[in-house]
Amino acid sequence: MTRITIDPITRIEGHLRIDCEVDGGKVTKAWSSGQMWRGIELILKDRDPRDAWIFTQRICGVCTTVHAITSVRAVENALNLEVPLNAQYIRNMIVAAHGVHDHIVHFYQLAALDWVDIVSALKGDPAGAAKLGASLSDYAANSIPNITAVRDKLQTFVDSGNLGVFASGYWGHPAMKLPPDVNLLAATHYIQALEVQRTANKIVAILGSKTPHIQNLAVGGVSNAINPNSQSTLTIERLYAVKALIDQLGDFVNNAMINDVAAVGALYADWTQYGAGVTNYLSVPDLPLDTKGTQFELPGGYIPGDLAKFQPITSYQDAFFRDGVKEAVKHSWYEYTGDSAALHPYVGQTNPKYDDFHDDGKYSWVKAPTFLDKRAQVGPLANVLAMYAAGHEPTKRHLTRVIEVASKVAGSQIPLAALHSTIGRIAARAVRCAVLLEALQNQWRLLIDNIARGDDRTFNRPTFPKGEIRGFGYHEAPRGVLSHWVVIKDGKIDNYQCVVPSTWNAGPRDQNDEPGPYEASLIDTPVADASLPLEVLRTVHSFDPCLACAVHMVDAEKRPIVQVKAM
Amino acid sequence: MARPIASVLVLGLGNILLSDEGVGVRIVEALDASHELPDEVESLDGGTSGMELLDMVAGRDCLIVADAVNAAGPAGRVIRLENDDIRMLFETRFSPHQLGLSDMLAALHLIDEAPRRVIVIGVVPENLKTGLDLSPAAAGGRDAAVAMIVDELTRLGMAPTPRLH
Repeated sequence: MTRITIDPITRIEGHLRIDCEVDGGKVTKAWSSGQMWRGIELILKDRDPRDAWIFTQRICGVCTTVHAITSVRAVENALNLEVPLNAQYIRNMIVAAHGVHDHIVHFYQLAALDWVDIVSALKGDPAGAAKLGASLSDYAANSIPNITAVRDKLQTFVDSGNLGVFASGYWGHPAMKLPPDVNLLAATHYIQALEVQRTANKIVAILGSKTPHIQNLAVGGVSNAINPNSQSTLTIERLYAVKALIDQLGDFVNNAMINDVAAVGALYADWTQYGAGVTNYLSVPDLPLDTKGTQFELPGGYIPGDLAKFQPITSYQDAFFRDGVKEAVKHSWYEYTGDSAALHPYVGQTNPKYDDFHDDGKYSWVKAPTFLDKRAQVGPLANVLAMYAAGHEPTKRHLTRVIEVASKVAGSQIPLAALHSTIGRIAARAVRCAVLLEALQNQWRLLIDNIARGDDRTFNRPTFPKGEIRGFGYHEAPRGVLSHWVVIKDGKIDNYQCVVPSTWNAGPRDQNDEPGPYEASLIDTPVADASLPLEVLRTVHSFDPCLACAVHMVDAEKRPIVQVKAM
Repeated sequence: MARPIASVLVLGLGNILLSDEGVGVRIVEALDASHELPDEVESLDGGTSGMELLDMVAGRDCLIVADAVNAAGPAGRVIRLENDDIRMLFETRFSPHQLGLSDMLAALHLIDEAPRRVIVIGVVPENLKTGLDLSPAAAGGRDAAVAMIVDELTRLGMAPTPRLH
């Protein structure tokens, strides 16, 4: 038996650490550990609730807008404050554009290199790759000259001995199975994606006034003044510039990304058998269409293992969601006063109690969230399955398209059940990206139409009552359900808890010793070479892990990332 | 809607919720508070973002990064690194494909929009605990780093103007 520890640790504690026991070429036990305590919620105590979003958007470098939006929603929920339609639409466009950006970056710049061999791409034939591309879509950028240019550029990189972003890939690993032409086509889109994601980011920058930290939010709405004719505000001209950017994104997402994901899925069909893990799925509805948050463009809800048992979450006041969430710390480096096994976030506690890494005891700084006392997987797969179960037409259409392309490439019909897997999480993210893009177009139209009706309201002023109020806000973020929970006393924050997507997925065992989604998904994953655990990374990366973000420090010393111990 | 871009970007990185981890952002804040930057120079609080910054860094002649650095020496020490020294620093620190500053810069090379010069002005932190304030050592490092960046810009012929208080 072998134990693999993957720990990109720096001098400061941080990051995600994954431990696996491998026996007979398969993972038999797994531990997911957050190696850093942040306790950032404590900074918010006694602050003005109107300022909370400014601090929460610093929690994560990838999810800045995500924590900002969720924070204002939580405070608005506590106040029962309605949000003007224009503000909802502008916020919706920001989160949709951010989501599109995030999903593109995840697939190409994070996950793809687990499946696409860049060195093998050099052996690809541009004509062959172009022909393959043409068989999947009429994407104009799949031309022979474009693909040749990419191959030449990659060759220059390899020849220079400076692989840069490709330096840490597992090139030539036995688990890399794509033919050179497929690798070359995917590598071409990898480089195009670098340009395309900038386009999505520009939308966020125009609407949010700045990136990476948006400036335009306020409890009660947004601070964008709408004046169709003024230069300094959100003008019709700027909104049409946004529309042009949205259209540019559509070409790439629908004609390159969807097909790449489908083809990778089909050619790695064996990976639809690995990585299911926890199959209770939780997602929340998003993109509110009214001032109160009772109607949404995108549905969400809870799937207890079986799609037929889908229970929708329907409003910002939804008691089913509100009362279903708890967090356990039996295996986390915290202690709860009293003897509660798991606590609701309103009465959540953050009392650190660090010891050491104990396989059967405490081993993570991440808490273990539960929904209705069970583990739940969150993320694009959970959301796509919920939207599908809710009968959301665009989701059904894009999902059907991905499955059709994958079935065509595989030469056999791929069932919907294949989604409960490592590949399924990656495919669902692409589907959600296409759905979000369509939603972005809809929200743009809704905003333009509403302004045309003469509505220029963007803000309702909040007033804070004496005494205690409580609120929660949720958002279907790129990595899944994000919720903020706030208790406000006499206009000041008394308690603030963030239950983040990576907590749901990367959490350790819970009060009943049930493993979290990362841990459960790794069981039975094949490992060809324990010192190059590409297969483990494939499954972990399919969740789009995001614990590493809050600490960012240049490190002068090299350290090994993977350790292998014979046992 | 092409953005006319300044040729130099001064980019502050770090997490201001973790005390000295955010010293890079604090350096940029202090630079903006004490100096008016010429048109050719732009400053940005990049927080802990990586790929999100690609569009802001693309096409610059020179990138000056202010950040906390894990280097030898006492807390508050300020170090300066340029080009090749930086590449060495970034090797293997991140998990495969994890997307930080190094990957963002490498990605810019792929699309031929990497800055020709990259300079890191780094401060060795003392305290990385949850909190908004810098340690006294890092606050000293911040002030020294601002002075170094002003010198750097002056050498580039883009001297910032001190604000009168």
